[in-house]
Amino acid sequence: MRFLTQDPTLADFGHDPWWLILLKIVVAFIFGMSMILLGVWFERRVVARMAVRPGLNQVGPFGLLQTLADGIKGILKEDLLPRTADKVVFFFAPTVPAIFALTALSVIPFGPMVSIFGVQTPLQVTDVPVAVLVVLACSAMGIYGIVLGGWASGSTYPLLGGLRSSAQMISYEVAMGLSIVAVFMTAGTMSTSGIVAAQAGGSEASWSIFGWHPTVPSWYAILLIPSFLIFVVSAFGETNRAPFDLPEAETELVAGYMTEYSSIKFLLYLLSEYVAMVVMSSIIATMFLGGWRAPWPITAFWSGANSGWWPLLWFLAKVVLLLFIFVWVRATLPRLRYDQFMKLGWKVLLPVNLIWILLLGGLRVMQDEQFSGRNRWLIIGGAVVAVLLVALLWPARKAEPKTTLEEQMSARPSGSFPLPPLDLQVPPSPRAKRVVAERRPANVTASGAGSGQVADADTDADEKEV
Amino acid sequence: MGGYLGSYATLGLLLAVGVLFFLVAMTANRLLRTNRPSAAKSTTYECGLDPVGGDWAQAQIRYYVYAYLYVLFAVEAVFLFPWAVIFDDPGFGMTAVVEMGIFVGVLALGLLYAWRKRVLQWT
Repeated sequence: MRFLTQDPTLADFGHDPWWLILLKIVVAFIFGMSMILLGVWFERRVVARMAVRPGLNQVGPFGLLQTLADGIKGILKEDLLPRTADKVVFFFAPTVPAIFALTALSVIPFGPMVSIFGVQTPLQVTDVPVAVLVVLACSAMGIYGIVLGGWASGSTYPLLGGLRSSAQMISYEVAMGLSIVAVFMTAGTMSTSGIVAAQAGGSEASWSIFGWHPTVPSWYAILLIPSFLIFVVSAFGETNRAPFDLPEAETELVAGYMTEYSSIKFLLYLLSEYVAMVVMSSIIATMFLGGWRAPWPITAFWSGANSGWWPLLWFLAKVVLLLFIFVWVRATLPRLRYDQFMKLGWKVLLPVNLIWILLLGGLRVMQDEQFSGRNRWLIIGGAVVAVLLVALLWPARKAEPKTTLEEQMSARPSGSFPLPPLDLQVPPSPRAKRVVAERRPANVTASGAGSGQVADADTDADEKEV
Repeated sequence: MGGYLGSYATLGLLLAVGVLFFLVAMTANRLLRTNRPSAAKSTTYECGLDPVGGDWAQAQIRYYVYAYLYVLFAVEAVFLFPWAVIFDDPGFGMTAVVEMGIFVGVLALGLLYAWRKRVLQWT
């Protein structure tokens, strides 16, 4: 691990004067809230572009103030309390996910050491030796808000939505927690600033390919690509985003756990989804995309790119890029079925993850202990033989016995309902007059081409509309 | 706010600011909103029929099996995280990796058992 001079270490935290701590907290909070306002706008605008619609364009320039207007409208709405609801839990459940999602922002490193009013301080609210666990804990606490809100509504749809959501989130939290183990193994630390520092620069590998020591890529997105992919997929599951937005599958569950909610409580649930999305994007950027560090071509010709306030720009660019991917996926992929979704989490992501962790551990230890050439090849060969043996001896799926129609019919117990003849062919009704459709040959000219665009002007009604 | 626990105190402070913010928002909502309750408005969504029976609903048993599996792997993660940070340090080496391999293997057996028992099959 190579620490540069402006890299904050854990020792740099906890020395801020009280006013600086308050300032940082307020700024982090404002960052979170403004990212919600911009995030909702960004999502609706981008989805509209992808669907060839104009999108938000009424309130403010480019419709930027639409979210604010929606929020004010939500606050002014009447708050309905269902008779069957558990009043206390119903009241505080929506605040839980939003508050904890915002708390997770405190351990995100936004930049290196900077000078704020003459005080040298890292551009991060706080850092603890287990900072990544704080983020995991916060996203786990958010599940409480969802499952309690669904239960306290005293109604069927929210209850089912809440249960599905909690089952989904704990399933994907397992995959997510295991995928960052590889990051801890490579970085040797759990603090977010330490992980960013560990991705600082490519160092030459100790192993060689015919005498050539290649430079190891420094971003964990490349170095630990299985972990990166698993983390991104489980981040989609964890934030209830499409294609994993099953808790709010409106064709099955109306609006999921927030069916009974109205007014500001509904807004809080909506808001927590976007905060979670922003936090997840920030965490992905921090752990896999080098955090606030400038990407490679910039650092090649500009040595000052990683110092001062510039890193804030790189960090925000990475977060916006990841938010765009969240939106892009939503606009592209259809929602998964619940069984497909659970199957992906438990039968694909989890086993792959476990194998990858052990593989990485073995590789790194082998690299450290400087095994001689023969021993190394023996170990690698042994692993390959073990994998082949398992693949060969894996019990094959038993084929379902195929029975013909006659066998199935004769297997029916006596006294069953009579079967109609199965080769029945419906004769054409003599009364129905045979209609022969005759079309005129299409007369396509250039003038008729533009008439289809009128119809989609009013399809801007988004499901996120409040 | 210095020292080791100072960083955690900052976390708590952010939590407090969050609670405060949402309290203010809820109060603003309470002061600003219209409030004309009626019996019809407070019925359950959709058909307006209140659920039959008590307020404790029964849930599908498979949800709780997933919760069990989650506990299994959450416990695994508790042991994996500290191991991942230090396994590379001098003095640990191959022994640490093999031991963790055995531990993960035992827990993977649990997943395999659930798999074979068709718990993971969502019909």
